[in-house]
Amino acid sequence: MKLSRRCFLSFVVGGAAGTALSPLPWKLTDDLSIWSQNWSWTPVPPDGEYTQVNSTCTLCPGGCGIGIRKAGKRAVKIEGLAGHPVNDGGVCLLGLSGLQLLYGPARVKTPLKRTGKRGGGQWQAISWKQAIKEVTEKLKELRKKNQPQSLASIGPNGSGTVSALISRFMKAYGSSNDMKMASKLDSDEQALFLTQGIQNGMVGADVENADFILSFGCAVLDGYGSPVRMFRANSRWKENSATLIQIEPRQSNTAAKADQWLPINPGGEADLALAMANIIIKENLYNSSFVSDNCDGLNSFVQMLYENYMPEDAARRIGIDVQTIIDLAHRFATAARPLAINGYGKGQNPSNLKETLAIHALNALVGNIGKKGGITGLSAYDYIRWPKVVTDTVAAAGLKESRLDGAGTNAFPHAKSLPNRFFDKLSAGNTSIQALLVAEANPCYSMPDTAKIKRVFDSIPFIVSFSSFMDETAMMADLILPNHTFLERYEDVPVKAGLTAPIVGLCRPAVEPQWDTLDLGDALIRIAQSIGGSVGAAFPWKNYKTCLKQTLADQWKDLEKKGYWMPSQSLQADADSKNKAGGKSGRYVLMDGTLETIYMAQDAPLEGDSRSYSMLLMPYDTIRITSLQIGAPPFVMKTVPDTVLKGQDGFIEINKKEATEMGFKQGQAVIVTTPIGEARVRVHLSSGLAPGVIAMPRGLGHTAYDDYLAGKGVNINQLIGPVEDPASGLDTALGIRAKLAKA
Amino acid sequence: MSGNVEHKSDDVNHDAKEASSADQTSMTTSGSGSYILLFFLLGLALSMVAGWVVFPKLLYTQKKQPLDFNHKLHLKEVDSDCASCHFFREDGTFSGVPALEQCLDCHYEKLGESVEETLFVEQYVDKGRQVPWLVYSRQPDCVFFSHSAHIYGANLECRTCHGDIGHSESLKPYEENRITGYSKNIWGSNIAGLKQATWDRMKMDDCAQCHETAGIHDSSVQTGRDACFVCHK
Repeated sequence: MKLSRRCFLSFVVGGAAGTALSPLPWKLTDDLSIWSQNWSWTPVPPDGEYTQVNSTCTLCPGGCGIGIRKAGKRAVKIEGLAGHPVNDGGVCLLGLSGLQLLYGPARVKTPLKRTGKRGGGQWQAISWKQAIKEVTEKLKELRKKNQPQSLASIGPNGSGTVSALISRFMKAYGSSNDMKMASKLDSDEQALFLTQGIQNGMVGADVENADFILSFGCAVLDGYGSPVRMFRANSRWKENSATLIQIEPRQSNTAAKADQWLPINPGGEADLALAMANIIIKENLYNSSFVSDNCDGLNSFVQMLYENYMPEDAARRIGIDVQTIIDLAHRFATAARPLAINGYGKGQNPSNLKETLAIHALNALVGNIGKKGGITGLSAYDYIRWPKVVTDTVAAAGLKESRLDGAGTNAFPHAKSLPNRFFDKLSAGNTSIQALLVAEANPCYSMPDTAKIKRVFDSIPFIVSFSSFMDETAMMADLILPNHTFLERYEDVPVKAGLTAPIVGLCRPAVEPQWDTLDLGDALIRIAQSIGGSVGAAFPWKNYKTCLKQTLADQWKDLEKKGYWMPSQSLQADADSKNKAGGKSGRYVLMDGTLETIYMAQDAPLEGDSRSYSMLLMPYDTIRITSLQIGAPPFVMKTVPDTVLKGQDGFIEINKKEATEMGFKQGQAVIVTTPIGEARVRVHLSSGLAPGVIAMPRGLGHTAYDDYLAGKGVNINQLIGPVEDPASGLDTALGIRAKLAKA
Repeated sequence: MSGNVEHKSDDVNHDAKEASSADQTSMTTSGSGSYILLFFLLGLALSMVAGWVVFPKLLYTQKKQPLDFNHKLHLKEVDSDCASCHFFREDGTFSGVPALEQCLDCHYEKLGESVEETLFVEQYVDKGRQVPWLVYSRQPDCVFFSHSAHIYGANLECRTCHGDIGHSESLKPYEENRITGYSKNIWGSNIAGLKQATWDRMKMDDCAQCHETAGIHDSSVQTGRDACFVCHK
């Protein structure tokens, strides 16, 4: 037998026929298709009992109610809580992505001690016992040297127990250098005191019921105030045919969706508001019964307006024609429920006090103070009633030393904390700070002139960070005592973000702590108790949860059940009575000596001279990028368009025509230089920006966190420096002079 | 063979010669013809054996369950049949394979002296570890299946899909498909996919067949029809 080629072919054909008649190809096809749907890297949700934990989001000041869906022990989804007074079922992009913060790689998983150079990122994992011991030893040492005032803290600007515990610790320890990060709430608080005599209060704006909204640069659709609430308010305005006027140099999302966009020169808000006030009074369009019954100082206010804020002069400074201002004043004053809101962008940075007062004065002139669709001065939250701290002699002596930032002094009598001035002092060579505690704040990223801030950090001998994440500030610390994330801990969340009624949300653990972390409150209690003496005595609680339960006393059960608590008016009355002692409550001060000084003062000039720096660089806020102490999780970063961030490159917005004249093409790399620093960015040609103005988003250019965030774009705080508002002491930089050159 | 071609080409023109060459190649001598058939059959037979016998053997790997659970014994001890351990939660979701916590309701201490009980208590109860059961009926993650709809809505019995496992005294080996990682019970033990009982297979076609027979044509909430969205949300 000879095996020919034909035999072989025949064998193959037979084999093919046999295979086709067997289940092999069909079964294999089926299996391969299933195999291709089950790659090992495809995430598969865990199986288990489905449960839901109701809590409060603490990722921004908004205070939304959230429901965390769980499968077994794992949190699988965050949703907005239907029926919640703040967000009624809505949730924002960041809240929705909160699980990536919980399970993401940027977590600090155990207490860490720095081993290498500061900022070098070399750490040694240590136990909690050792971590507490190291902090205690250092702090005891400072007190032994009678230098308790050389300890400083930087914490969140909140009204809840976490912020209060930090302050209590500082007080018991003996230092008044207790810094809180500043925001729009600080300038609002000062304005509220100056106009209505309410101390430590907050401004509520009834945005939902207004029908003519004048937004002075507020990022209504990009995270202003309580973001979800603002989105809902915007929908309501559309349904009710209310009018939204956006006053802002840049065509933001809010400007694009507004009924009218008024592009003014940067920093022209106060001029515009006061010119409008001038017209409203001159044409007798103001609410005369309200003003005569409730307002003080109308005559001197009018005089000041006529001398300094004539519409023609203002129009020139603002860069819009006078008729537009007149029309706007008419429409505002004759609307049924007009409302002017203030705070640039998300309101994460303080506003100029003159601007804040001017905008509030507009509301007073049309009589919508404490009315439906108006603004209301709300008293401070007053439910934390711990026994007074009894200080020992060391602490008492330390507390006599004045604050480094000058808050509360004659220069800045109404300021509570001025972190910008604190860092300026240290940067200018003051070496009195020997130890620093940082909690729920990331100053090395979010404060202007980050290079300077980092130099200051470098000069402080001992820094403790309580960050849950490896952020820029934690990178500069000597010890990291990681806090639980908001999904693993209890916290009271008194909301201040412009709501019309006080509300305290309860943040509570949805899952077990994922790593070896400890609640910030517990860490503070343990440190205080291990220092002992009068410091320990000021912290008598077994743990933070006990402290929280005792603080909220009768409200605790309700809070646990409902998830939030709305302090009744009677409870707030106590706080009100304190204000009445000031003698101003119930009245609105349009003008007095203090206000006159503020209105008459020249605006602080922008940093840099206009000859070498021909342009003005402004930061802008977008809801797609977080810009405070929380770094944007990957889901959030995925929504950033590639005209803002492409690959690792950040973009700078520039007027299209101007860019063409300068010879820049879309996407071209340029070097932006300011008196503070320089950076390489690409240009995005935009029609929504005046010539001479360039804009960059806040929130990019992280150097810490994880690969999903670090190294993407440029941190605008590297390029801008603080500009101190002479009236409030707060940093109110609206931008900085800058120039562009081809890279 | 080339001789034949040349011989024929004497009578035809050049074009015709080329056209007919194909016919001529199929002509074979009788001796090599039978060999060719033999090889065809050989190929056919070998591949049939490979496909029907060898392939199924190679496709599955056998795994032992962590514990040899006795359903029959447990069924005698409990009050509400299958639902004693495989119950519906308050929200209507199905608990599926019991977690250790459910076992602990009875097995908080050792019950009896059997090898499996000792193993269970020592390895899982004492250590607080979940038993890593291998689930014969585990479906891919892209499938949404509501037990509630089938048990309460359609009044199906457990055995309609799961067979008589409730009366078994011992757990059969878990045969895992090497390619997909799923149990052999999904495709069924017959490699051709033939089935006799309703519980012999758990493929998509089996779901569809039952829906078709029962005349369910509106079970998708999204589409109001009986198509993809019923199970693939």
